[in-house]
Amino acid sequence: MRRYFGRKLFTYLLTFFVAATIDWLIPRFMPGDPVAVLVTKTGVFSPTQAAEMVKYYTNLFGLNQPLPVQYLNFWTSLLHGNLGLSVYGNGTPVFDMIMAAAPYTLALLVPAILLSWWAGNSFGALAARRKWLDNTVLPMGYILTATPYMWLALVLSFTLSFSLRIFPLSGGYGFNLEPTFTWLFFTDLVAHWILPFLSLFLVMFGGWAIGMRNMIIYELESDYSRYLASLGAPQGLIRKYAFRNAMLPQITGLALQLGVIVAGALVTEIVFSYPGLGHLVFAAINNEDYFLLQGIFLFIIIGVLLANFIVDIVYVLVDPRTRVAMRGGTA
Amino acid sequence: MSLQVSDLRVYYRTLAGDVKALDGVTFSIADKEIMGLAGESGCGKSTLGNSLIRLDGRMKYVGGSVNLDGAEVPIWDDNDMVPFRFREVSVVPQYAMSAMNPTRKIGKMVSELTESRGLRFREIKEELDRRIDLVGLDRDVLKRYPIELSGGMKQRMVMVISTLLDPSLLIADEITSALDVSTQRAVAETLVSFRDHGFVKSMMVITHDISILYQIADSILIMYAGKLAEKAPTGTIIDKPRHPYTQMLVSSLPEVGVRYVNKKLAGIPGSPPSLLDPPTGCRFRARCPFAFSKCLEEPPFVEVDTDHSVACWKVSGPDA
Amino acid sequence: MTAIPGTSTDVTPAVDDAGKIPAPAAKRARGELLFFSLRSKKFVISMAVLLFLAFLAIFGPMVDSTDPLAQAGLPMRHPTLDAGNWFGTTYFGDDVFSQFVNGLRASFFVGFLGGGLGALIGMFVGFVAGYRGGWVDEILNMITNVFLVIPTLAVLLVITSYLKARGVMFEAIFIGITSWPWAARAIRAQTFSLRSRDFIDLAKLSGRSGWKVIVFEIAPNMSSYLFLTYILLFGGAILIAASLDFIGLGPTGGMSLGLMMYNSVTWAALQLGIWWWFVPPGVGIIALVGALYVMNVGLDEIFNPKLREM
Repeated sequence: MRRYFGRKLFTYLLTFFVAATIDWLIPRFMPGDPVAVLVTKTGVFSPTQAAEMVKYYTNLFGLNQPLPVQYLNFWTSLLHGNLGLSVYGNGTPVFDMIMAAAPYTLALLVPAILLSWWAGNSFGALAARRKWLDNTVLPMGYILTATPYMWLALVLSFTLSFSLRIFPLSGGYGFNLEPTFTWLFFTDLVAHWILPFLSLFLVMFGGWAIGMRNMIIYELESDYSRYLASLGAPQGLIRKYAFRNAMLPQITGLALQLGVIVAGALVTEIVFSYPGLGHLVFAAINNEDYFLLQGIFLFIIIGVLLANFIVDIVYVLVDPRTRVAMRGGTA
Repeated sequence: MSLQVSDLRVYYRTLAGDVKALDGVTFSIADKEIMGLAGESGCGKSTLGNSLIRLDGRMKYVGGSVNLDGAEVPIWDDNDMVPFRFREVSVVPQYAMSAMNPTRKIGKMVSELTESRGLRFREIKEELDRRIDLVGLDRDVLKRYPIELSGGMKQRMVMVISTLLDPSLLIADEITSALDVSTQRAVAETLVSFRDHGFVKSMMVITHDISILYQIADSILIMYAGKLAEKAPTGTIIDKPRHPYTQMLVSSLPEVGVRYVNKKLAGIPGSPPSLLDPPTGCRFRARCPFAFSKCLEEPPFVEVDTDHSVACWKVSGPDA
Repeated sequence: MTAIPGTSTDVTPAVDDAGKIPAPAAKRARGELLFFSLRSKKFVISMAVLLFLAFLAIFGPMVDSTDPLAQAGLPMRHPTLDAGNWFGTTYFGDDVFSQFVNGLRASFFVGFLGGGLGALIGMFVGFVAGYRGGWVDEILNMITNVFLVIPTLAVLLVITSYLKARGVMFEAIFIGITSWPWAARAIRAQTFSLRSRDFIDLAKLSGRSGWKVIVFEIAPNMSSYLFLTYILLFGGAILIAASLDFIGLGPTGGMSLGLMMYNSVTWAALQLGIWWWFVPPGVGIIALVGALYVMNVGLDEIFNPKLREM
């Protein structure tokens, strides 16, 4: 057990290391000069003053040091939680900006993932039982899973906000409200949350439903299902076994999909101007705020790695065969 | 107290038409009898075994009747068959090694199975333990997962499970095919001990390996291309077979302890006919060295001696 | 990398033990394949959709030669579904239909190239890891796992944001470079199971070198599986490209479906109600990717006799 998790942990740490290094490397090997960009932003035009600014920023970001030293500095500041300063935020530490936006994104992601996974799997299992349901769920599932996240966001936004005016169009909460612990604020928060949540939920739901339906059919044709049927076991028992066995690849599937899901959340937020990480990314790109971008990237990586690790733990708890294999119990 | 099968026909649906895998078989198995069912691949023996317990999606019942202990067995109706399955008729399948749910402890699976069939697990637990001891397994196998068992152990466990409710008829489908020789022997002997202990009344052992049947079967039924060729007590089949196919089958077996130096092992030239569009008359006539004009008419499966039936014009005479 | 959860990534290809299908049976097998292909509703419908979209992508820009970025009419005209104004106009008066077919072309291109590159890398890594085993496998596995976990969009975000001028080729290449891990894993698993078959031993005995075995013995026997993997990569590449374009990191210059959606959001299509600007590109993607996914399942059924409906 320890060896298994040790290995996983090592892989994740290695992944983080590689990702962070890529993150650090890119600006240094790409055409274009982040310092120059920063300087133009300050609006300083006189050449001598511009040169001063360049020197200042180069010093600030340590860009005049030899590469290995820069790399070391990078890691030291990283481990101190210092991700640099944001241009878009006019000097606010990147870390703070991320922390302000992250809760919104998590508030979208966590319920959307959990609910869509549960609902999609249940629906998929149901579809495998009833032919008429199967004929509707299947095409709907394929369409949903082929739907780009931002397009569904656009459509939902258009129909339910613009046309029907049921839900607000954008933002995390109404512009006329201050964040307070009042009921009014909370309901307003939820009203702004519903559409982006729904958008994410629906696309993921389609994928899980199809996956589960296929897995259940596969399990129902397995040898153990056949054996139980030959011994006269009722459909209920056979389906129960099939369902539990079909869940396992769905759990690993969740881990694999995390990258895609995060991407989906990012674009959805952009459509709704929802003040989460996606919106921040968009702003960072439009303002050429490289530090902010890199900081968000690292944050996302850490989040995804953590989530993967959690899924690994859950999987071991749920599939008895992994525990047996770890004990070395295969005959 | 016995099985009686009358003119049973079961075909397979395919896009190209119906494959007449089982085309009118009639035989019976007496109480306490272990009958071997042998023949080459595709002769219909697995179809026969399967049809007696559960028709899968592609099989369709065409005609005939099955009687067990005097009661009619409604193999054509999946729901009506449920009371028979496990209690009266049971099966040790060909895929016994993967027949148990890999994510469930064996004991839990057995208890859930029996409870779903309306029995309290507590009441049969003792008997279950006894039988586990009998087959030479450890009692704590119930706490294990199938992945922790070897092939032979899984085989034996499945045999215990299948016979737990003392069925009248046990169908053992190719249960020794995937095992090594010494395990084959152990499994075969276990089968016999089940019968001797009274756990099962009669048994149908399906295999292509006649040497196993020689060890444990009381009688052997030879099938060819969906039809019966010969049925006789084991000794007779091995020593004095009368159907040309059986003769060639038996003579193609090498003898233990004999070295063949200059003689080639005689096989049976040719291959079995397509069951999609089987030939008229005796289905073996294309490969039979004794075929003559009468063979264009299908020979009936008649008794030529006590407990010895053959479907061959040469044996039963042209005016049988 | 949007692999459909639950699709059989571990379906054993329909191959007999000798590894090759004997000649007359092979001919019949091909005929049978065609027969089942035409019989499969999923295959026929998805193929029809794909061909229609490909037709639009290839001939659309030729027929409707309006420059997608030139003013074609009054701004924000509603679509009237007649020649010259199929899908209406944008905020600037650009012809949406013209943008649509050009964008479709770009999507096909990215899918083809990006998916293709991803497939090639995935095949290389998967075959080598699966065939060699041992420590080569361990290392490749570690690399695959590392890149599997990293969210591709995040990497692409960082990379593409630094580049000033970006071409479609560039986007396709980068998508290819980041989407290979799951394909590599799947191919590796299949290679493992094929590796222990007898015909591989025969090939080795007759002196064939490693890569020859892979190219001439293993790959042909997995050809249907490889094709299915490519289809999924194709669809995935289109979706990733759409997301990238939507964030504003798509190719500079040119047109794409994601870019249409980006523009529509940037120019307040939502607030102004110009729905015909963003609905067609999305529908196009859904049709294209959806058809690919359904064809994937349809082909799976055709290639694997066990899945065929009776």
